[in-house]
Formats: sequence, structure tokens, C-alpha cells
Amino acid sequence: MRAFILSRLIQLVVTMFMVSLVVFFMVRLRGDPILVMAPPNFDAEQIAKLRAAWGFDKPLGEQYITFLTKAVRGDFGKSFQANRPAMELVIERLGYTYLLAAAAAAIGVTIAIPLGIVSALKRNSLIDLVSTALASLGTAMPSFWLGLMLIIIFSVHLRMLPAFGALEPRALIMPAVTLGVGMAARLSRLTRSAMLEVLSQDYVRTARSKGLAQKAVVLRHALRNALIPIVTVFGLQLGWLLGGSVVVESVFSWPGLGRQMIDSINVRDIAMVQAGLFFFALSFILINYAIDVIYILIDPRIRFD
Amino acid sequence: MTADIASLPPRRNALLRALGTMLHSPVGATGTFIVAVVVLLALFGPQVSPQDPIKGNLRARFEEPGYSDASGYYSLGSDQLGRDILSRIIAGSRVSVLVGVVSVLISGTIGVLYGLVSGFVGGRLDSLMMRIVDGLLAVPFIILVVAISGVVGAGLGTLILILGLTGWVTYARVIRGEVLKVREQDYVIAAYALGQRRLVVMLRHILPNVISSAIVLAAVQVGVTVLAESSLSFLGLGVKPPTVTWGLMLSDGRQYINSAWWMTTFPGIAITVTVLGVVFLGDWLRDFLDPNVRGRG
Repeated sequence: MRAFILSRLIQLVVTMFMVSLVVFFMVRLRGDPILVMAPPNFDAEQIAKLRAAWGFDKPLGEQYITFLTKAVRGDFGKSFQANRPAMELVIERLGYTYLLAAAAAAIGVTIAIPLGIVSALKRNSLIDLVSTALASLGTAMPSFWLGLMLIIIFSVHLRMLPAFGALEPRALIMPAVTLGVGMAARLSRLTRSAMLEVLSQDYVRTARSKGLAQKAVVLRHALRNALIPIVTVFGLQLGWLLGGSVVVESVFSWPGLGRQMIDSINVRDIAMVQAGLFFFALSFILINYAIDVIYILIDPRIRFD
Repeated sequence: MTADIASLPPRRNALLRALGTMLHSPVGATGTFIVAVVVLLALFGPQVSPQDPIKGNLRARFEEPGYSDASGYYSLGSDQLGRDILSRIIAGSRVSVLVGVVSVLISGTIGVLYGLVSGFVGGRLDSLMMRIVDGLLAVPFIILVVAISGVVGAGLGTLILILGLTGWVTYARVIRGEVLKVREQDYVIAAYALGQRRLVVMLRHILPNVISSAIVLAAVQVGVTVLAESSLSFLGLGVKPPTVTWGLMLSDGRQYINSAWWMTTFPGIAITVTVLGVVFLGDWLRDFLDPNVRGRG
């Protein structure tokens, strides 16, 4: 088990290295990043100064090594918009994004798991059909549009919830629901199919023939075994939540890293964009790492591999 | 051996069978119907559009659905410049179809070839190629696309390219997995035994057997791409006016969300129904192309 965790840790470092390449080359897609950064009214001399200040006049390899050694120490340069270290700002904003993602994930799981189980137990019943229809709708709907619809209903017409900001705890409700619905849709489908597969297994029949109560059969024998694919998709969906936060945070003016990224991109604040991308990726990779470790906890068989 | 198999069932039968199963599957039929309508609107929009989608009418601004005046009937209402929402939705279908189809063709081609080579060659090259995929997949798709559009700049052509050149990663991983399964099959070993060259084995014996997964994935990706385009245009990082897109319509609607609910409601329904159609079609395709499910009805 220790070897497994260690090998995954090495893989994690390698992936982060690849991410650093992606982040490094992305801002250089148009060749000279100065063309992206410099305000249109800069003259040649000012551009040259800016270029030297950022080290863009050095050879590419040297630039990358400087970027990497600084990034490892958490130094992504200064955000020129906020005139503060980009890293500081990212960490400040990341808290809001994590809060939103956690609330959305909680909503997603609370809806998806019970709905998936009931759909599997009562296959082709009315409740199964309705939840299938809702799940299809939930996947096809653009999350930001759902957010706008919620604003029309709950802010404009009913005046129950604030349409934007994060000034009061109630402000979390609509963004979290908006993000959580997509996750609930995907996860409930998966829970249903995973449960259907497990329910037809011999050990479930044995549990039933022993005369165990339905609740014990479903929760202890079936659900535990259906958990592995559910946890996998849950992990992937968390990554999807991080991505979705970019759009949903913009709809609700939620002060998270996603909205900050859009702002920084619009003013071409390169240090912020790089730091933000890096931390989105790091969060995603750490989530997947945690999922791998959770596998070991829920499936004793993996331990002996 | 391949010649025998190829000469067995005529293609026409496959097509007829596809149509037959489609008629028996309500999901497949609905999906096909929706996709067909959207594609037809994209192609013949200007002919069926009730009004000009770009020209405004300042005397008919913010009119509710069902309003009509001398210049025409606004079945779904009008926007801040007095443009007919229905006509704009019809015009917007063109961008969605174009972006969906072209960028999926680009990403599908790259991804299938990448996955094919990675899985087939194996060894060190495979590990290296997959680490690159890991690195790209580690940044959530929409964030990557948002950042690239910010750096490269917006516009329809650029957007199609960006979505096409970033979306291939998913195919690469899926196709590689399929190739790993297929390359151990007896018929592949037989092809080697018959003295076929590696390239021929890869293209003639392995590619045809993994392509159905790519087709199913492509259907899913069309939906993902349509959603991504609308998100980007909504955020102001995608297509720019005067091109009409559903995402831009939603971005307009958001500004007048307090008074004109129809400006946000209808373009969103258009996106949802379109993506739903694509998803249904993809579900049906998956069942149809999967020999294990086929025939069970």
C-alpha cells in the first residue's frame, strides 16, 4: 500500500511538471507574451522595458527554468492589476471557490445517491422515468443559463435571494444549486447503473435469501459494492465543478478564483492567469490523488495488489 | 480474409437496419428529429426567418412575446434593439452547428490518431504521450479554453480552432484504451502472422475496430462543444457581435434580466434542446454500434 501511494505521488509530481509546461507555453501561444500584456498605447521603449522586467528577452529554456524554480516556491510574479503577489490573491479567492464547489458537491451527492438507488430498485417505474428525464435535462442545460433562470425566479420575482455577491450566507444558495444540479444529473445516472449491476449479483441474492431486511441488503451489501465507480465519477465531477465555477461565479459575481480568472484574462494580467491555472490544475490533481487513496479504503482487494 | 468480410453484408442493409432500429427507439428518433431540425435551420435559416436577425427596430424594443406591429410579429418577443428573438435564435443555430461540427472533426481526427499511435506503439513513447494528455486533462477543459481565448483573442474562426485543438485529449485517452484491448486480439496476431506490415495492421485491422467508440464520443463532444461555445460567448471571450450566437443573446439578456425575462429564457431553451437532441442521438448510436446491446431492442 505504501508503494502504491508512493508511485501515485511520483506520478502526481510528473503531471504537475507537465502542467507547468502547459501554463508556460500557453501565454506564449502568440509568440511574444509582451504583445498580449502591453497596453495598446505603449511605445517601443516602454515595451522593451516591460520585456526586460519580465525576462522575456532571455532564451526560452532559461525563461522556463526561472518560471519553474519560482513557481515551486509559490512565486508567480506580481499581479499588475492588484499590485500584489499573484499567489496571495489566488489563495484569497480559492477559499470562495472551494466553498462553492463543496456546497455544490454536497447538493449533488444528496440528490444523486438516493435518486439513483430508488431508480435502480424501481426500474422503469414512474420515479425512474422522471429521474431519467430530469438527468438528461440537467446534463443538457448550460449551467449559467440555469443560474440566470434562478435569478429571474428567486431574485427578480420572488425577491427571496440575492442575485449576486457573497455578503451573506444566503448568497451561496443559488450558485451552489446551479453548479450542483449538473453534478446530480450525471451522478444519479451512474449510481443507478452501478446499483443495477450489483443488485443482480449472487451475493445480493444470498443476502436476500438469508432473510435480511431490504434496507440492510441495499445499503450494506449492494451500495458498498457499487461505490467504486460512483467515487471515480464523483472525483471527475469535482474537477468539472472547478471548471464550471468559472462561468457560474461570473453569473453570480461570486468572488472566487473562477471570476478572478475571467477578470485577469480581460485585462491580460498574465501573472494572475498563470497562477490561477496552476492552482486549478493542482486542486484537480490533488482531488484525483485523494480519490485513489479512498479506493484503498473502500475496496480491501486493492490493498493486496 | 478482410476481403471476405467486406463482401458479406451490403452497405444498404446496414443503413436500413439503422433506420429500422431508430424508428423503434423513441430516444433515437427524438434525437435525430431535433438534430435534423437544428441543422436545417442552420442551412436554410435566412429563408425561413420571420425577420432580419441583425436589423433593429427602435420602436419595438423590449416587447413581450406575442407583440406585433407594422414591421412584423414578435412571437418570442424582442431585445434591447427591437430585434426579433425567434429570428435571432434561428440565426444563432448556424454558429452552434458550425462550431459543433468543425471543431469536433478537428479534435476527433487528432485524438483518434494520437490514441492510435500511443496505444499501438506502446512502451516509452506511450508513457510520454499519456503524460502529456494527463497534463492537459489536469486543467479543467473550460478553464483551459477560457485562458487560451484570452491570450489568442476572440472570433469565430479562432474559437473553432481553439475548441478543436484542445478537445482531442478525451479521444486520445479513450482510443488508446480501446487499442490496448484490440491489439491483443487473435485477428491482429493473425494479421502479423500473415506478414502484414505494422502500419497496415494499425490502419486496416485496429483502426476500424476502435472507430465506433470515437463516433459515440464525438456525439457527446458535439454537445460539450456547443455548451462551451455558448459559455465563452456569454463571458465575452468567444464570438463577437454582429455575429448572432445563443451565448451572446444570453449575455445581452443578462443585462436586462430584471425586466425582459424572454431575452434569457428562449435562447437557453434553444441550447438545452439542441444539446439534448445530440445527447439522445449519441445514446442511440452507442446502443446501435455496440454489438453486445444490438438486437436486444
